[in-house]
Amino acid sequence: MSPVSTTSSRVIYDALKACGIRLMSALPETWLVHLIRMAEDDPEMILVRLAKEEEGVGISAGAHLAGVKSAMLMQNHGLLASINGIVSCAQLYRIPLLMLVSYRGELGERDPWQTEGGGVTEDILRALRIPFVMLEQPDHVAQRIADAQTLALASNKPVALLLRRGLMIEEDGAGRAGGAGR
Amino acid sequence: MKRIDALTAVYSRLQDRIVVTIMGAVAAELQSIGHRPNFFYLQHAMGLASSMGLGIALCRPDRQVIVLDGDGSLLMNLGGLTTLARYRPRNLVHVVFDNESLLSVGGFPTATSTGSDLAAIAKAAGVPRTATARTLDEFTRAFDEALAAGELTTIVAKVEAVGPSAFVTDLGLLENRFQFQRYLAP
Repeated sequence: MSPVSTTSSRVIYDALKACGIRLMSALPETWLVHLIRMAEDDPEMILVRLAKEEEGVGISAGAHLAGVKSAMLMQNHGLLASINGIVSCAQLYRIPLLMLVSYRGELGERDPWQTEGGGVTEDILRALRIPFVMLEQPDHVAQRIADAQTLALASNKPVALLLRRGLMIEEDGAGRAGGAGR
Repeated sequence: MKRIDALTAVYSRLQDRIVVTIMGAVAAELQSIGHRPNFFYLQHAMGLASSMGLGIALCRPDRQVIVLDGDGSLLMNLGGLTTLARYRPRNLVHVVFDNESLLSVGGFPTATSTGSDLAAIAKAAGVPRTATARTLDEFTRAFDEALAAGELTTIVAKVEAVGPSAFVTDLGLLENRFQFQRYLAP
């Protein structure tokens, strides 16, 4: 049984649809499985499965210039893997990017291989001057995603939403849930 | 074959198609032949020109998209070939100018100079049509066949490691970007 919350994933997916997102790029990671399946099952959504997250920056840039709103789904390690693309494609060319980043490696993380990325994620985003906000509770998801998209489009710049454990994982209180990721 | 001659030979076919190029000699030479609002030059982010082309091709299936890539750039995003092949947009032609070197930073040899075969890699990645062109005639034939085929094609054009004397042009990066977006607006 997957500990990843289907309910929260649905709230996030519906919020993305409400913002007019028609293309998603994704690299699978445990917390994102439901979101990726929802995109796969949605005939209105173009889902692009990537080999590496940085490709998603190029795909979103192409989509934006072609008039299509897109979102990128990735783990925070995928954000680290995308930095050159973010700087030298999205920021250099003023491309809005809506990045949904699963925030692995925070308190409660049980997978040893996820524990370094969590500690650098927010500092990296600040260093890149990328505005970001946490998605922690289902009741603020829709507003925060809409606000992030508004700012991304108004500024023509990347904006990040950090998907936190409390939103994405059910029955996490005792730290039992985890699941392998990348 | 010189890249500038290859670009000149197919320039008339680029005029009404969406074109995305890499940085360096390809961008400078295409601009020297003649910039058009439907040409976008990705002047950094090496490797992502093919990903941008894929994004445009998936979003605008009504338009034919040409990506003008290079060996150094493609080698930075070989995984992207598997993504291209996975979605294999029928409206995308992927040209790789392979001069076996990183020309704009001093001409240091890339791995294609020691035997790595990008057309074979593209084919093995699952790109449905691939070709290698060593002469101008071979290139123009392969290019026209790819345009007519209506199937994702990667053409590796083996070109001499020579280029323009300068790489900076008078076209601003953002001017190019917004002009291109306006051109693409439905």
